[in-house]
Amino acid sequence: MLEETGIPDRDDIQNNLPDEERLKEGPVAIFECYQEIPCDPCYYSCPLGAIEEFEDINNLPELDFDKCTGCAQCVANCPGLAIFVIDYTYSEDEGVIRLPYEYTPLPEVDEQVIALDHSGEEVGPGRIVKVVNNENQDKTAVIWLAVEKEKLVTVRHFKRMEESSDG
Amino acid sequence: MDKVDKMDRADKMGNLDKVHKMGNLDEIERIELAVVGGGPAGLAAAVKAAELGLESIVLFERDNFLGGQLVKQTHQFFGSKDQYAGTRGIDIAEELTDKVRKEAAIEVKTGAVVQGYYEDAVIGYLEDERFQKVKPEKTIIATGAAEKMLSFPNNDLPGIYGAGAVQTLMNQYGILPGEEILMIGAGNIGLIVTYQLLQAGVKVKAVVEATDKIGGYAVHATKIRRAGIPILTKHTIKEARGDSKVEEAVICQLDENWNIIPGTEEILEIDTICLAVGLTPKIDLALQAGCQMAYVPELGGDVPVRDEDLEMTEENIYIAGDAGGIEEATAAILEGELAAINAVRAISGGGSDLEAVYAEVSEKLADLRRGPVGEEIRSGLKKARGDENAGRDRYSRQRRYSK
Repeated sequence: MLEETGIPDRDDIQNNLPDEERLKEGPVAIFECYQEIPCDPCYYSCPLGAIEEFEDINNLPELDFDKCTGCAQCVANCPGLAIFVIDYTYSEDEGVIRLPYEYTPLPEVDEQVIALDHSGEEVGPGRIVKVVNNENQDKTAVIWLAVEKEKLVTVRHFKRMEESSDG
Repeated sequence: MDKVDKMDRADKMGNLDKVHKMGNLDEIERIELAVVGGGPAGLAAAVKAAELGLESIVLFERDNFLGGQLVKQTHQFFGSKDQYAGTRGIDIAEELTDKVRKEAAIEVKTGAVVQGYYEDAVIGYLEDERFQKVKPEKTIIATGAAEKMLSFPNNDLPGIYGAGAVQTLMNQYGILPGEEILMIGAGNIGLIVTYQLLQAGVKVKAVVEATDKIGGYAVHATKIRRAGIPILTKHTIKEARGDSKVEEAVICQLDENWNIIPGTEEILEIDTICLAVGLTPKIDLALQAGCQMAYVPELGGDVPVRDEDLEMTEENIYIAGDAGGIEEATAAILEGELAAINAVRAISGGGSDLEAVYAEVSEKLADLRRGPVGEEIRSGLKKARGDENAGRDRYSRQRRYSK
């Protein structure tokens, strides 16, 4: 399905997640990197050594969930914008997804947005919690987006309210 | 004023004529290395040759700026971290250009168009409206690629662009090509340009792809899909419609034999169609120089036959980058370096230092091509090196126009 539509299979998405115990501990990175292409910046971006060194540059990345703190350095450094951080511990009802974002203008903190899934379908409201855009991110901002916890597995992007009015 | 100009021109033509008639090679400037093309392969080749000790290198670029296609690439590159991965194409162009400008051994000629490579190993080029000559010991051809076109009714309407033109307008000059676009082709270029259009605020109605699979990297596809852009495989454009410019595109579904499935036509209202249907190596100069060609579909069409050292069938001429086969910029940079190392080795006779650099660069290039996405390139290169089907489908200018 991925290679016909650009939408990853549900099972593949689910398989990227760590076990429930780890999810309850706090933010963690998930890699939606399904194709063996020559690429290795994620390994160099991780300050904690949680991403295994590449034996072959074409291999898929391997993350040690126990070493990962969800700092999102890799999110901004992945050229494919294929890494996200999900956090089930943000609040009682809400979780946060930290996602890479390269559109301008950047959203404002507390802005209400519409959360989108892997196919760009609207899946409900979201709220911008934080916008991180440091020098070392080379213009790939990391947006913290709060959504209902059960939607953390499906939400990967968002659109602004003003965009939705004109379709 | 007019008179002076005319006299000046007559004088120049006269000189030119004299050189031709006399055929006096002593009057022509001699250099060690000529590099034709100031894109990633050419820039990397010139820098590497200077680093390895050559003292007279001329880099020819027909545009008025260096960087080639890199100057339009606003996305981060893949590949190896120590080979620009994670860096945006525009920044790679700047870095390489800086390196070239810092090397005293490299003479940069922008706005200089190479016209031909002649039998006595003389390069003729046009600069400042003057035809001039230089005689290099070695030449590296790094002329890049040209875009392919797609046939469909009304494909000549205004508003129908190649992806390169859309990138030039948008990323180099800050001009939006249109407001509502249909993208044809889901290879890396089609997907990347779609993403850049979205970043510029342009609405992309759909990406259509005639084959049954997205050809570009999956991460490029997921990026635009989650922004809501449909990628329609097994679809093509049937025709464009419009009066004085494109107003509608008729798209349709294809069956497994590439035939249009009747009744699947759909009309999209758009003001721009962008064609990203592939590239083909720009081989004119190599062909004119008499180098043998081979038809290798995996590399984008007709490509020069070359040996392991990237030297073509005419001695002293090397090929690097997309001109030798369609790949991507990181590979082009490494090939440029390899061609330079080989040229330097042939001039200076080599040495252990040179061999170490050679081993390092060729290993990086092999790493890049090792994976599943490098499979086509690996099989194509075998053919282009003549390892397989040697002699088949080969032709050269000599054969077509006998001397």
